[in-house]
Amino acid sequence: MSAFLRLLFRNRLAALGAVVLAVIVILVLIIPVLPLQNPDATATANRFQKPFSAGHPLGTDHLGRDLLSRLLHGTRLSLAVGIAAAIIAATIGSAIGIVAGYFGGRTDNVIMRLVDMLMAFPYILLALAIVAALGPGLMNALIAVAAVNVPFFARNIRGITVGLAGREFIDAARLAGMGHTRIILTELLPNVLPVIVIAMSTTVGWMILETAGLSFLGLGSQPPQADLGSMLGEARSAMISHPHTSIVPGIMIFLIVMSINLLGDGVRDALDPRLRSGALSRPRATTLVRRSGDIPAPTDDLLAIRDLQTQFHVGRHIYRAVGGVSLAVRPGECLGVIGESGSGKSVTALSVMGLVASPPGVITGGAVYFRGQDLIGAPYETLRQKRGDSVAYIFQDPLSTLHPLYRIGQQLAEAIRSHHGISRAEAHRRAVQLLKDVRIPNAESRVNDYPHEMSGGMRQRVGIAMALANEPDVIIADEPTTALDVTVQAQILSLLDDLRRERGLAIVFITHDFGVVAQLCDRVAVMYAGRIVEEGPTAAVLDAPAHPYTRRLIACVPELGGGRRELAAIPGLPPMVDALPPGCAFAPRCDKAQDSCRSGEIALTGTAPRAVRCLYPEEAV
Amino acid sequence: MPALKVDGLAKTFPLKKPLFGPARPGVRAVRPVSFQVETGETLGVVGESGCGKSTLARMLVGLLEPSEGTIEIAGKAQDTADPAAFGKLIQYVFQDPNSSLNPRKTIRQVMEAPLKRLHAMSGPDRDRRISEIFASVNLRDEFLGRYPHEFSGGQAQRIGIARALAADPRIIVLDEPVSALDVSVQAQVLNLLADLKSRFGLTYLFITHDLAVVEAVSDRIVVLYFGAVVEIGKAESIFANPRHPYTKLLADSAPVVGRPLTAPEQKGTELPDPLNPPPGCAFAGRCPRATDLCRVQDPDLKPMGEDQLAACHHPLEG
Amino acid sequence: MGGYILKRLISAIPVLLGITIIVFLIMSLIPGDPATAILGSYATPENVEKLNRDLGLDKPMVQRYFIWLGNMLTGDFGRSFSLNRPVIDEVLERFNATLILAGTAFVLCSVLGILAGVVSAARQYGFADKAITFVVLIGISVPSFFLGMMMILLFAVNLRWLPVSGMYAIYGGGDLPDLLNHLVMPALALAAVATGVIARLSRSAMLEVLRQDFIRTARAKGVPERRVIMGHALRAAMVSIIPVLGIQAGFVLSGAVYIEIVFQWPGVGRMLVDAILKRDLLLVQGGVVFVAACYVLFNIAVDVAQSLLDPRIKT
Repeated sequence: MSAFLRLLFRNRLAALGAVVLAVIVILVLIIPVLPLQNPDATATANRFQKPFSAGHPLGTDHLGRDLLSRLLHGTRLSLAVGIAAAIIAATIGSAIGIVAGYFGGRTDNVIMRLVDMLMAFPYILLALAIVAALGPGLMNALIAVAAVNVPFFARNIRGITVGLAGREFIDAARLAGMGHTRIILTELLPNVLPVIVIAMSTTVGWMILETAGLSFLGLGSQPPQADLGSMLGEARSAMISHPHTSIVPGIMIFLIVMSINLLGDGVRDALDPRLRSGALSRPRATTLVRRSGDIPAPTDDLLAIRDLQTQFHVGRHIYRAVGGVSLAVRPGECLGVIGESGSGKSVTALSVMGLVASPPGVITGGAVYFRGQDLIGAPYETLRQKRGDSVAYIFQDPLSTLHPLYRIGQQLAEAIRSHHGISRAEAHRRAVQLLKDVRIPNAESRVNDYPHEMSGGMRQRVGIAMALANEPDVIIADEPTTALDVTVQAQILSLLDDLRRERGLAIVFITHDFGVVAQLCDRVAVMYAGRIVEEGPTAAVLDAPAHPYTRRLIACVPELGGGRRELAAIPGLPPMVDALPPGCAFAPRCDKAQDSCRSGEIALTGTAPRAVRCLYPEEAV
Repeated sequence: MPALKVDGLAKTFPLKKPLFGPARPGVRAVRPVSFQVETGETLGVVGESGCGKSTLARMLVGLLEPSEGTIEIAGKAQDTADPAAFGKLIQYVFQDPNSSLNPRKTIRQVMEAPLKRLHAMSGPDRDRRISEIFASVNLRDEFLGRYPHEFSGGQAQRIGIARALAADPRIIVLDEPVSALDVSVQAQVLNLLADLKSRFGLTYLFITHDLAVVEAVSDRIVVLYFGAVVEIGKAESIFANPRHPYTKLLADSAPVVGRPLTAPEQKGTELPDPLNPPPGCAFAGRCPRATDLCRVQDPDLKPMGEDQLAACHHPLEG
Repeated sequence: MGGYILKRLISAIPVLLGITIIVFLIMSLIPGDPATAILGSYATPENVEKLNRDLGLDKPMVQRYFIWLGNMLTGDFGRSFSLNRPVIDEVLERFNATLILAGTAFVLCSVLGILAGVVSAARQYGFADKAITFVVLIGISVPSFFLGMMMILLFAVNLRWLPVSGMYAIYGGGDLPDLLNHLVMPALALAAVATGVIARLSRSAMLEVLRQDFIRTARAKGVPERRVIMGHALRAAMVSIIPVLGIQAGFVLSGAVYIEIVFQWPGVGRMLVDAILKRDLLLVQGGVVFVAACYVLFNIAVDVAQSLLDPRIKT
């Protein structure tokens, strides 16, 4: 709770809203002790007094009543009615939504049909109909406003509930012997409550407006009782001659609604964990570069990553995802980069073309040379021209990486036309040829498919075709087969292998699977906690791993044909990259670690082509 | 008496009736499946996405109503009417450890639910039992006051296992328990599961898509394809000596260090359309050995060699 | 596509029936005797009884509903006692005026809102974003009726740029420029809130989409940033923006009631408020059913637009 408040008030606008609202609420609460005149006492001799006149700080209205007094009384009434309507609507609507969403099936169907029917009305028609039936009056306006908002809550909360009801913890609760009522109250409700609070805090301002609106129309509070809406309504006829009687209540409604909206947005941001870490910030077109220190010299490799450092800056935390990585590929070579999640292998790959989402990503050091040209910090247009044309990517999940609303032919053609000025027809012809190249049957008709109409394996073939579209020199494949079934993976891998041999492609292949590396890659680099711990020809590294991490990682992966056995697990967890230990990051899990491993920088040493970052390697390299 | 016996178990998800025209037949997620699990055994269930393995698991633990067939647990028909009695027989460990823990409950609240509801234990008894279980899964008691988001995947999966153990069941269905974990953590959890099994005399049904994992933990293995059992055999021999061409395709596809990269022999990769399944063998469209017979008649599961069954008209030589 | 439209039209029939039932039920909530309410407390019992018979109120409720429904289907919405003319004539005439006002406002708020949202998202945390966010915040917090009044004070009374109220000038008006002249202020005042809501939603939809993997794919293949934003991202964001346009159309239609009052616009909203205050229930009933039915049809159009955009929707 205190964390929530701290988050809420760190948002300066929300704090402003809270202060304004607090002042208003306190003012209306202390009305009984304030020296106010009777709000309904008419004095026609004193009508339409200007603000700041004696005895009437805000002037008087058309019947000579004190505006300040009426304003505060009206504010109290408007706030009370609006909040009451919000609470009633939220309670009833949420209850309906939870029941419909949790039970699903016919219950859901019947309830939601009814809700849909209520939502088929523009809301005010329903409110007007209710007021027409019950007769004008503030209570009836409250009922009408609450009633028309019930379907909004019901639908919103139902959506959330359906998502939660499908989650596994609900199944787990059922298996733990809980009944429906208990599951709804103890498992669902605590998870839905923040959403209800958010929905309420973002709509209560709206409901105050709506009730004020009905009063403005003369359908809410009846004279002499006045809320802000009816004050405004009564003042309208004298608006041109005596504008202050309109402006005073109007500004008050505006202040209330705005402060509630600001506070509501703050509550939403503080309660919605997706927004908490700034997750909803837009990634820039290229990764932010803030290099300090010397820029490493270029090499004559096709693509050379030199001492690359990429960090994620989230709040006060700095995650050193890539902490000084050097890699290089030559034409026609396949380099495997292997590591567990969080080892920095994907971030390394995405840094090459400035594709790390930023914020929060920042490249803080090193260089990436493509044919001797530094890509880090290159102007956007230079980078864009190289993207897909010289260095192309294949990503992990082909369903989320292809645009769902464009035909695959359009997406392929666009890849070509972004770099080469060819006609649409020519691009289409090339797209068909690309699909044939990656062995998609019936390429002529499949080119018009949308991604969701294809199977996972076919989609990944499209992903590969897209990478090949401009005949790049380097392809960076980021776990391209992880999301695929094993029989499909085998086909994709052999396709990639054929293509690279036919076309002399250089491939950087990111994976966590030793079997895949062994089958596809010439060389392999092993990453742990953002650094390369071992590098060398694939066969040599797999046969005689030099780093203890490599050796033990290989040992703990079961391999087909090994039979039933105890696995040699590595104890502990990989370190968090925002709090790396000094010295070797693997030392806390390593059974060979000495005191010397825990202090100071350990260099990557060895005779080419092998290298290892370890003081006590398993093999001398 | 087997710990778990499944006979002709099938699940069809009905489709919404269209506005016009006749009702459609529905999606056959699991076609009639029969097998049994002996007490103390680990039965591996392996198959690719869409083969119905999770649907099967959810039926076994009573989260899903079967369309046909019977489930017998310890010789008695599955009876979910009394959740307290049923929960003590069979428990479930979920694939995604984070999604299976309520984000707004402390680990103690998560652990207490089965002890309270299934075993009606008193407060002090519960505390003692939770400590015991936590010790057996190598978790520290101080974790109990924390919330799920504070744990790594491996720790969260241990908590999931601890919760299943709290029910004190005879059988645990493990649905891809290590798929969401990193390889170095995966081995820790697999070893823990083996340890718990021998210590508490549990029976496991271990569902996974990973051939190497299933081979490493199972006594016997069931291979599923398109909702049906295509082969059952001993773990040590089924992949080395498959009788069904699909099992062979799986074994040949798994990337293995030291085996050159070749796409194994098959005609296509497309699964049949579950809305419109083909007559005959579901694998015929991809099978290099398929004949006309395969496309007409669905083969039954037949014994082939010692302790091995396969559903194929043209099985591979043993 | 034709089949899909037909399917949606057919599925609207139960919704339309539901609307009539809901309106009918609400109207039967009226406490006491409607005829007395209409005729006032000085009416003679004979008059009350006659009116009850004329209105069919002596029959059972279900029967009354079907008679009412049947009449409506033949275009007979009853007769307004306060205006002494057929309800349908009055509603059609007034709805025409509302349609001009609300339609203009809807187009304004859709275009301005989406544009503001896209600019805001593309320049997140920049000056344009902050300025737009500020204006939007004010826009969604000002009651439209107050905004309308202030606009009249400023632009009509003080600056004398635009006419104070009405739809046409009383003398010598009636042509299109005259209409547009009268339309500017009410349309802007009406569009303000919806523009704000749509801008906010478009901004967050764009930000959400810009984090998707397929945006990274587009960038990775070298698509120029302008096309990434205006093509890939906006298209995907429209999938969540379009349904909100449908909902906001309802809000614009609702807001029109206030604006019509403030600007003396001869629309259906003002007619309804007057009818309620005069207890002319047949006019209320007819007006509500008619406008709601039009809104249902509009939402079908929204659904069709959505299905044209998103191939994943089964047509």
